[in-house]
Amino acid sequence: MSKWIADRLLMGMTPGAYLRSLVTPFNLVAALILTAGVPVIIYRFVYGLGAATNLSQVNPWGLWIGLDVLSGVALAAGGFTLAATVYIFGLKQYHAVVRPAVLTGFLGYAFVVVGLLVDLGRPWKLPVPIVYSFGTTSVMFEVAWCVCLYNIVLFLEFAPAALEWLGLRKAREWAVRMTLGLTVFGVMLSTLHQSSLGALFLLTPEKMHPLWYSPFIPIYFFVSAVIAGLSMVIVESGLSHRIFRSQIDPNEHVDLDRITLGLGRAASILLFAYFFLRLQGLADSQNWALLNTPYGYWFLCEVLGFVLLPCFLYAHGVRRRKPALVRGTAAWTVLGVVVYRLNISVVAFNWNVANRYVPSWMEILTSVTIITVGVLTFRWIVNRMPVLREHPAYREAHQ
Amino acid sequence: MELSRRKFLKLAGAAGAAGAALAPCAARASTAILGGRGLLIDTTRCVGCRACEAACSEKNALPEPALAGDDRVFDVRRTTAPHVYTVVNRYPNPKDASAPRYVKTQCMHCVEPACASACPAKALERTASGPVVYHQERCLGCRYCMVACPFGVPQFEYDKAAPYIRKCSFCADRQAAGQLPACADACPSGALQFGDRAALLEEARTRIYQDPEKYVHHVYGETEAGGTSVLYITDVPFERLGFRTNVGSTSYPAMTQTALSAVPFILTLWPPVLMGLYAINKRRDAVAREAAGESESHHE
Repeated sequence: MSKWIADRLLMGMTPGAYLRSLVTPFNLVAALILTAGVPVIIYRFVYGLGAATNLSQVNPWGLWIGLDVLSGVALAAGGFTLAATVYIFGLKQYHAVVRPAVLTGFLGYAFVVVGLLVDLGRPWKLPVPIVYSFGTTSVMFEVAWCVCLYNIVLFLEFAPAALEWLGLRKAREWAVRMTLGLTVFGVMLSTLHQSSLGALFLLTPEKMHPLWYSPFIPIYFFVSAVIAGLSMVIVESGLSHRIFRSQIDPNEHVDLDRITLGLGRAASILLFAYFFLRLQGLADSQNWALLNTPYGYWFLCEVLGFVLLPCFLYAHGVRRRKPALVRGTAAWTVLGVVVYRLNISVVAFNWNVANRYVPSWMEILTSVTIITVGVLTFRWIVNRMPVLREHPAYREAHQ
Repeated sequence: MELSRRKFLKLAGAAGAAGAALAPCAARASTAILGGRGLLIDTTRCVGCRACEAACSEKNALPEPALAGDDRVFDVRRTTAPHVYTVVNRYPNPKDASAPRYVKTQCMHCVEPACASACPAKALERTASGPVVYHQERCLGCRYCMVACPFGVPQFEYDKAAPYIRKCSFCADRQAAGQLPACADACPSGALQFGDRAALLEEARTRIYQDPEKYVHHVYGETEAGGTSVLYITDVPFERLGFRTNVGSTSYPAMTQTALSAVPFILTLWPPVLMGLYAINKRRDAVAREAAGESESHHE
């Protein structure tokens, strides 16, 4: 039993050695964040949202919805994108990054739910729309159902890795057999809720700045989510291969640079399409004159600096075969999608009211805490389960 | 991962069934019920006595209105709050400085409410007779109703650990018992008139028609947000009385209807498209393998 624990949980170390291995600068920073952040989250639940946040009757949604939920879901889109690429489109050269992408997706969604629970006034009522009171006219209802189901899908998609770790061969075979069905279901659910998170804001025509309000918001959210998903896979795989070097089998040659360039090409093409979609929204609304206002400058910053610029940088990096440039561009693109989500939910929303929302330090600390726990969980799993490497016992099964 | 015919049919069947089940409920937002009860507020008749505020507080067991019986309350512009379902504000009258205008604010009880269409748990619902009511036991506290409402009506109990949304209920319980809403019952000046919305709309138009010099030629609430149960007429331009004049005439549920209508189509079309792509790739691989095998046998 103790050997099982040592192998599975303590990475083959004795308890003492394992504890000593935890003393690192990164863990120290993480511990500081959690020490400060967890009491703040408890404070929010004891004293209510008013005590911990700068939310108000005028600004009911803030950083937690804009960053933890809207951006979190977009950044977790790599799971369905890569699963579809490999299992449906048959581009097997990307197989090596599917598992980390699915894990990023699964943890991303799991922590989106955590963020949502912190934001909801009555989080214990979350099952109401799932179980018995169906608000079928609500976009939020559709999102709730999709996110709930997609969490299960991602859990099952990641199950083979966990079952290999636990050594449950029979169950693993069962889980692997579901791959295609889960991938198709995952694409359906993602198409629906990624776009619907944007559709939530279709109800705010008189509150959102006209440069951002558009009937095409659902399409923008979906396309930019795929872009964010691809870019996150580039960023995450680049970091993982550096940080978890010990996890990667030197005999098993994975050409990460080639994968990075391929994903970068796809992201560049999508960004190009996305740029013109945004232009079409502008043409549709005929709000060209508003570009020459302070909000217009910020709109141009977003569309030129965070959409068109990375589109060209990606293309340049791919043509000149510069994986480092592609990785840097991916990080910039991810930031750009977060900027878009925050523009929709915070900056352009209620632009015309006197009482503008700025997050409180407790809101920021809570978001940072949730993200930190997400990163720690990711590391915990990658250090133990066959995510970046292949489990030796199942190598032939991956052909 | 062989795609057998049975597996394909199973997947397609499941998706089709899910789509068919969702289609009728997703594609139809709430159907407009233009009938129902309404409240006509004639600001030219309001004397600013705030009897409506007091009656509302009493009926809903809320704290007494701020500065009851003290006109200094009008020095600051007030809004509704979690414990204040209606407020009366004073505005200068550009035509006659000695006769300021008073405007009562509360839930507009939209004919097709944005809040109810936004609520994922049907905690907010429009009843057939007009009132938009709140079933607090269903509420998650997601505050999407507040994001959606173009009039800024739903108020959230931010100071509570187990908060609810609060707003005027149009005294749905009193209406069901055949009584007037508390505010209309208390109004001594005839500024608040309760009745069938259609009849009140006629009444409002008649007053404007009979005194076209005095009234602004618009009934606020006739078309705003697709129509509201509360209707206003006034002799001072609405934008000078704190009304939100940027609310269009489109009903809010209609704004998300297109997006929701896409749901059954994605559920039914995506599986065959994706499975088709999968089948094409499978076939391509098989052909490539066959070709490789053949060329090998030629070499032998």
